[in-house]
Amino acid sequence: MLSSQTINIWGSILFVAALAVAGEVLIAAGMKQLGDLDDIRAHSGLLGAIRAVLTNAFFVVGALCMALNFFAMLFALSIADLSLAAPAIASLTYIGNAIAAKLFLRERVDHRRWLATAFVAIGVLLLAH
Amino acid sequence: MKHTLKPSQYAVLIAIMLTASVGDSLLSRGMEQVGHVDLHHLGLLWHALFNPFVDAGIVLLIGFFACYTTALSWADLTFVMPATAFGYVVIALLGRFWLHEQLSLSRWGGIALIVCAVGFVAGGPARTEHPQLDQMDAGAGL
Repeated sequence: MLSSQTINIWGSILFVAALAVAGEVLIAAGMKQLGDLDDIRAHSGLLGAIRAVLTNAFFVVGALCMALNFFAMLFALSIADLSLAAPAIASLTYIGNAIAAKLFLRERVDHRRWLATAFVAIGVLLLAH
Repeated sequence: MKHTLKPSQYAVLIAIMLTASVGDSLLSRGMEQVGHVDLHHLGLLWHALFNPFVDAGIVLLIGFFACYTTALSWADLTFVMPATAFGYVVIALLGRFWLHEQLSLSRWGGIALIVCAVGFVAGGPARTEHPQLDQMDAGAGL
């Protein structure tokens, strides 16, 4: 049987990782929609590029998710050990990002990128030790 | 090849690797000086804003966010991801060569894996091409 504390810790780790994935995928979707920022800057200046980003709905919701993620992370770290929570969240976020990028952003995640995702996820776990 | 990166785009990716890691290190250095913040002592967060390490960390993290957003405007999320992970390698190497910390075998293993991951992804295209959409673009140009 899992103790309620274990469920709380892993529940909060999964929640923080899910918020990070949602935030990054929404921001990526927004930037994909806008297109190359260098072109926008060449066309309407730096302020025009900043305005284009800040008025993109995907970007704004994504940034909100990232802000929530920051506070959820503080909460998770208050109930779980830093040495468990930080690498577990980072690792799950990388794997979740790759899956969500394939499903929602229609990125071609070929074997090279899957391998890179797995290496990054394991590498982050190893670096924490 | 259509999706070869320009030198300025490589510079953005390198900035992502450096700003995230150095920014985080500065923030944690600053917060060590500020002290432990919990829900009952939120006032300390106000004090944190007057710590130069915290300020420098915040500036670098804003820079990181700007670079990251820019990179996502011309590269796939799964292409930029290993670059953000490389920040962890930078932190570990800074600890080793600047603060003279000892790195365990498993941490060297982690560094090697992330370096390999960057290599795998860097060898491929930065952006997924959708042939149908490209044809539509080409058609619109005619």
